[in-house]
Amino acid sequence: MTTDTPLLTAQGLAKYYGHRLGCRDVDLTLHEGEVLAIVGESGSGKSTLLGLLSTELAPTAGRVAYRMRDGETRDLASLSEAERRLLLRTDWGFVRQHAEQGLRMAVSAGGNVGERLMAVGWRHYGDIRSEATDWLSRVEIAAERIDDDPRTFSGGMRQRLQIARNLVTRPRLVFMDEPTSGLDVSVQARLLDLIRQLVEEFGLAVVIVTHDLAVARLLSHRIMVMKSGRVIEQGLTDQVLDDPREPYTQLLVSSVLAA
Amino acid sequence: MNAPATAPASSMPAITYNFAYLDEQTKRMIRRAILKAIAIPGYQVPFASREMPMPYGWGTGGVQVTAAILGADDVLKVIDQGSDDTTNAVAIRTFFETTAGVATTTRTQDATIIQTRHRIPEAELKAGQTIVFQVPIPEPLRFLEPRETETRRLHGLADYGLMQVKLYEDIARHGHIATTYAYPVKVEDRYVMDPSPIPKFDNPKMNDSPALQLFGAGREKRIYAIPPYTQVVSLDFEDHPFKVQAFKEPCALCGATGVYLDEVILDDKGGRMFVCSDTDHCATRQAEGHTGTMSAPYAAQPGPLTPSPSPARGEGGNPTGIPSPLVGEGGSRPSRETGEGFATGESGEAR
Ligand SMILES: Nc1ncnc2c1ncn2[C@@H]1O[C@H](COP(=O)(O)OP(=O)(O)OP(=O)(O)O)[C@@H](O)[C@H]1O
Ligand SMILES: [Mg+2]
Ligand SMILES: [Zn+2]
Repeated sequence: MTTDTPLLTAQGLAKYYGHRLGCRDVDLTLHEGEVLAIVGESGSGKSTLLGLLSTELAPTAGRVAYRMRDGETRDLASLSEAERRLLLRTDWGFVRQHAEQGLRMAVSAGGNVGERLMAVGWRHYGDIRSEATDWLSRVEIAAERIDDDPRTFSGGMRQRLQIARNLVTRPRLVFMDEPTSGLDVSVQARLLDLIRQLVEEFGLAVVIVTHDLAVARLLSHRIMVMKSGRVIEQGLTDQVLDDPREPYTQLLVSSVLAA
Repeated sequence: MNAPATAPASSMPAITYNFAYLDEQTKRMIRRAILKAIAIPGYQVPFASREMPMPYGWGTGGVQVTAAILGADDVLKVIDQGSDDTTNAVAIRTFFETTAGVATTTRTQDATIIQTRHRIPEAELKAGQTIVFQVPIPEPLRFLEPRETETRRLHGLADYGLMQVKLYEDIARHGHIATTYAYPVKVEDRYVMDPSPIPKFDNPKMNDSPALQLFGAGREKRIYAIPPYTQVVSLDFEDHPFKVQAFKEPCALCGATGVYLDEVILDDKGGRMFVCSDTDHCATRQAEGHTGTMSAPYAAQPGPLTPSPSPARGEGGNPTGIPSPLVGEGGSRPSRETGEGFATGESGEAR
């Protein structure tokens, strides 16, 4: 095994909801430490693709493979349910737009962060608590909030708590679906800063869905532009955004500039 | 085997019940669920719970399990929070006396089947005995995961981090694991199980017990089981190990230590005493000559005290703090609320 071996690969991925197209013909590779942004207008298939990559959705066609921690690359469809769950809560993370979907709202911040640790067998309260405290401070949540539940947190804090909850097991790959939308601009900027810093510190690979090209530019190395369920353009983020080939991408970029 | 029996009560019109009320087909269905439950210790087996002639809060799940396993030779004991004499216990005992004509007892050692709500007797259970628990909520994960499809999947994968989160939350909020009843256990290192709302004091009795332990949840339509000599471990943390409640003083009536005690209010001036929650255990010890600080003057030791309550017990001691489902019982101890009420209380039931 070398680090040249991709972490995640997808081939010929397609998803139909009945007759309605979610996405089709998607190929991609993602390496360790790489940040890939998926952009496109509403309904273009971004979340569908993310769902397929993260095994939350079953593909209509195509396959996804992942290089496990032991170095073996596995077809994700071949994982048992137990293996899949273990992967989801150890080597992967998923940060959602709506915190209620990514957090246990009735459980304290410490319990939210500690859940993954307990799920993988941690049974020492003091250790769990100090690890949770440590992670709260990394995402800039005051230690004294550890026993408060996320219902008492602001939108930005909730997203940061989601990040801590996911990163506590040191995953190598994190999926993010619009993690900053719906937040105030200043809160957004702070969150993006934090994400960028954590990505760097932990060498995280990230697949981030966003309709905000500024987010893509700030965080991602590579970008995929989707339209009507298909990838119409991809490449290095700066290249694609500075010199878009496709008229649709040009439109997206210009509408951002106009905004 | 179980021939239809005619209700023996002479004052009643001749109503014919099937033996133990349920029809044979229903009993076979329940027995199949019980057998499956025994084969997979701690696993909740769905069953087609029947309407019983009593409300759900009375333990219809336990009653159906008992009805399905009861034979004509069985000797039945029914306890409610340790007592044989609460309305609930008496009603269920009478129900089986009427519908099955079986012998009943209050003595733990003499019973072949013990149906219980909220306690396990103090006397060690023996091989050949079966204890049937009445269960209100069989799913231990429900607190954090209300979706049934998801809890089933979690059990299937032995994915119990969530259960630990509940205990974590307890410690975070109270400084210790504050769960004192329905304390979750892991059975044979596989399924996490709700032991029904018994005090955690009773949890260790479930481990490696020679008796068969059956659990019936009527409203929720689930049966589960712990076969004899099965490992049952209470969940905890390394630095917050499972501990049972300890009582500072012995039973005021029989002097027993290491048993579960109920607080009894003697008067409205703060007078109170602690007595065995297990009435049979207490009565047996008293009959053997054991005494406590509040023993009646006629006991072996010089009786120092007034009032001198009889060993009779009223209904409704509620060690778990769970509101009792019985209308009018309300979790309080009506017959013990005042000195008079207690001192005179139900002496007809003295044992
Ligand atoms: N569960 C579903 N059932 C049926 N159709 C769906 C479902 N989810 C998505 N679709 C359809 O698939 C297409 C792609 O949707 P998807 O949610 O992937 O887009 P998106 O790019 O994430 O959009 P948005 O930016 O609005 O979140 C759309 O036509 C959508 O209506
Ligand atoms: Mg979407
Ligand atoms: Zn006693």
